[in-house]
Amino acid sequence: MSHQILLGDEAIALGAVHAGLSAGYSYPGTPASEIMEYLVRLAGETKAFTAVWSVNEKVAYEEALGASFAGKRALVSFKHVGLNVAADPFMNSAVTGANGGLLVVSADDPGMHSSQNEQDSRYYVQFAQIFAYEPSDHQEAYDMAREAFDVSERFGLPVLMRMVTRLAHSRSPVQTREPRGPNELKTGAAKDWTLLPVNARRRFALLLDSQPELVRFSEESPFNVLKLNESDRSLGVIASGVGYNYFREAMKGEAALPSFLKVSTYPLPESLVREIVGHVDAVLVIEDGYPFIERQLKGLFGIAGKTVLGKLSGAFPASGELSPDIVRRALGRDPLPAVAASGLPLSGRPPQLCVGCPHADTFKALNKALENYPGANVFSDIGCYTLGALPPYNAVHTCVCMGASVGMARGASDVGLHPAVSVIGDSTFAHSGITPLLGAAFANTDMTVIVLDNATTAMTGGQPSYGTGDRLLRIIEGVGVAKEHIRTIEPLPKNHEKNIQVIKEEIDHRGLSVIVAVRECVQETRKKRS
Amino acid sequence: MKQDIILAGVGGQGILSIAYVIDNAALADGLFFKQAEVHGMAQRGGAVQSHMRLSNDAIWSDLIPKGEADMILSVEPLEALRYFEYLRPGGIVVTSSTPYRNIPDYPDIDRVLEAVRKAPRSVVVDSEKLAREAGTVKAQNIVLLGAAAGSLILKETSLLATIDALFRGRGAAVLEANLKAFELGKKAALGA
Repeated sequence: MSHQILLGDEAIALGAVHAGLSAGYSYPGTPASEIMEYLVRLAGETKAFTAVWSVNEKVAYEEALGASFAGKRALVSFKHVGLNVAADPFMNSAVTGANGGLLVVSADDPGMHSSQNEQDSRYYVQFAQIFAYEPSDHQEAYDMAREAFDVSERFGLPVLMRMVTRLAHSRSPVQTREPRGPNELKTGAAKDWTLLPVNARRRFALLLDSQPELVRFSEESPFNVLKLNESDRSLGVIASGVGYNYFREAMKGEAALPSFLKVSTYPLPESLVREIVGHVDAVLVIEDGYPFIERQLKGLFGIAGKTVLGKLSGAFPASGELSPDIVRRALGRDPLPAVAASGLPLSGRPPQLCVGCPHADTFKALNKALENYPGANVFSDIGCYTLGALPPYNAVHTCVCMGASVGMARGASDVGLHPAVSVIGDSTFAHSGITPLLGAAFANTDMTVIVLDNATTAMTGGQPSYGTGDRLLRIIEGVGVAKEHIRTIEPLPKNHEKNIQVIKEEIDHRGLSVIVAVRECVQETRKKRS
Repeated sequence: MKQDIILAGVGGQGILSIAYVIDNAALADGLFFKQAEVHGMAQRGGAVQSHMRLSNDAIWSDLIPKGEADMILSVEPLEALRYFEYLRPGGIVVTSSTPYRNIPDYPDIDRVLEAVRKAPRSVVVDSEKLAREAGTVKAQNIVLLGAAAGSLILKETSLLATIDALFRGRGAAVLEANLKAFELGKKAALGA
C-alpha cells in the first residue's frame, strides 16, 4: 500500500487493524497510551472496529479476552505496570487459551521516564509460557502485530508484544499492506474456558506440552537473524529489540561485523542461541531492560569455556535505558569526537504542574490545613498530582501504584496515624480507588480522602475519566460514605480560606470523610477553546 | 548524505510541531528518517528533546550518538546548552535568545548566550520578537525552523508545504502568521 509516518505505538495499532482487529481495549499509561489513542481515532473515522478506554487494565484484559472468546481478533495494551494490574486474567488466559487472535501489548519503560519501576515484561512471557515478539523498528512493529494474530490463533494462546519507550515514542515511515477482514463470531470451548480444577489441569498440561512447539516456531521465525563471522571467533553479539539497533549503529563503517544473533521472539530460539555461543569465545548480550537473555545463558554455573558479558557481568549498567553510547563503549569502540559541554552549570528543569492547575490550589490549602500536624502523612497516587511531591508544594509523601493511596491511608489509620490523608485523581479513583474506599466506608475508618476531580486523565494527555462530576459523588455515596462527610470544594485562589476550613473540619472528624476538589484540568479547558 | 538534529526546548513550546514539519518534509524528499520524542510526564513544563535523524541510507538507532549531531535546534537558549556533547566538531547551534524562566535558578541570560556562541557555529535569533512581528507569539517554534532552514538538507518547498498542511485547518490568519514566522526566522539567520 503506502508509506505512513507512525510512532512505534501507532505501527502496532495499525498492524492490528490491518490484521482484522474487531476490538481494542486499554487504560492510559506512558509509553503505551498512543496505541489506543490511534485506535480510537481510526475507529471514529472508519467505524470498522471497537476501540475503548477501559476503567483499568484488568478490565481491559477481560474485555479483550471476551472478544477473543467470541471468535474475534482483539488487542489489549498498557504500560508494563499495567500488566501487573491485569496479571490475573493474563496468567489464566494462557491456560484457557484464546479463540480469536489475542494480542497483548505491554510497553516497558527502561530508564523510568514516566514510571515507578523498570520491570521487564519478558518475565511475564516466561511466567505465562506464551509466545512473544520484541520489535526493533517501526516496520517490524507493524509486521509483527499483523502476524501475532495468526500465531495466536494457530497456537490458541494469547501472544504478547514487548515494547520499550524508545521505539514506542519514535516516529518513522512504515510500509503498510492490504488489510485483512475481521473474523466471524464463533463461540465454543466451554470446557477449555471454565478453569475448574478438572479443566484447568487438562488445559495446563496442554500449555506445557505446547512449549517445545513454541520454541521450534521461534527458531524458525524470520524475525530472528543469525550471522556468523567465520574468520573471527573472539566475540559474538546477542541483541534484542532496540539493543540490536545500537549494536549496528556502533559498528557503522566497520568492514566486518562480529557474529551476531538478533533475537525478536520468545521463548528464545534455542538452537540459534546454541549455534552462536558454540561459535565464539565470548558473547555480549545487548538488551534494553533486565538481563533476561543473559541470565538464561548463564544459569547458575555459566557456560564452561565461554565468557558471557552483559548487565550481570558489568559490561552494561545494571539499570537505566540503553543508549548508542553505552553500547559503543561495551563493544570496545572509542567515543566519537564531540563538542565539549558548555561548562556553564545547567539547572535541571523538572516537569511541574501547569500554570493555573487546580491541583496547585488544593495542595496549598492542604498544606495549610496540615500545618499543625508535622507528622501527617499524605498518601498519594499516580497522576499529574504526583508532581505535588516536588517543591514548591512538597505536599504528598507516597506514590506506589494506581489506587494505592486509599488502602495505604486506611492501613496507617488502622495502626493509629492521625491524620491519615489520601490524595487521588478522579481517573485513578475509578481505576482502583473505589474498592478500598468500600472497605474503609464499611469500617468508618478515621481518614480523609481527597479526590481531585479535574474531569480527565490528564497526565497521559486527556483520556476520558469514568468517575467524575455527579457520577463521582454518587459513587462515593454509593459505597457507603456518610453524606454529611462528602464535601465539595472548588480549588481556586479566591476560595483558599474556605477550602482550608473544609479540610480542617474533615480531618477533625474521627471517621471517614471524602472531599472532592472539583475544577477542570486547564489543558482540557484550553483544548475546548482552540 | 545524512543530518542528525537535536530538537530542544521546554514542554509546551512546540518542539513536536517542528518535528512534524521536518518528518513530513523528509518523507516528501524521499529520505529515511527516525525521530525519537518525549511524551508523558516531562511534557509538563520540563526539559524536552527530540532526536531527529535524516539520511539517504537506512538508519539504525532512534537516538543520536554523542558526537554525531550536525545541529542543535532549540526554542530556548539554556536548553540548547544541555545537548552540546551530542554535537559533532563543526556542528551548528540554532537557538532562540528568549529565556523560558520556569525554574528558580535560571542562570544569567548573558552568560547563557555567551556559552551558546562557543559552539563551532551558532545562529541566535530573538524568536519572541520575530513571532510577535509575524502575528502570534506562539509561532516561535516556526521562527526557529525558518532560522534553521538554510542549514537543513531538506527542500524549502517541502518544509513550506508541510507548514501549510499543518496550519491551514486553523484558519487563514494562523497559517499566514506561521508562514511569515518562517520567513522572518530565515532572514534573521542570514543576518545573524
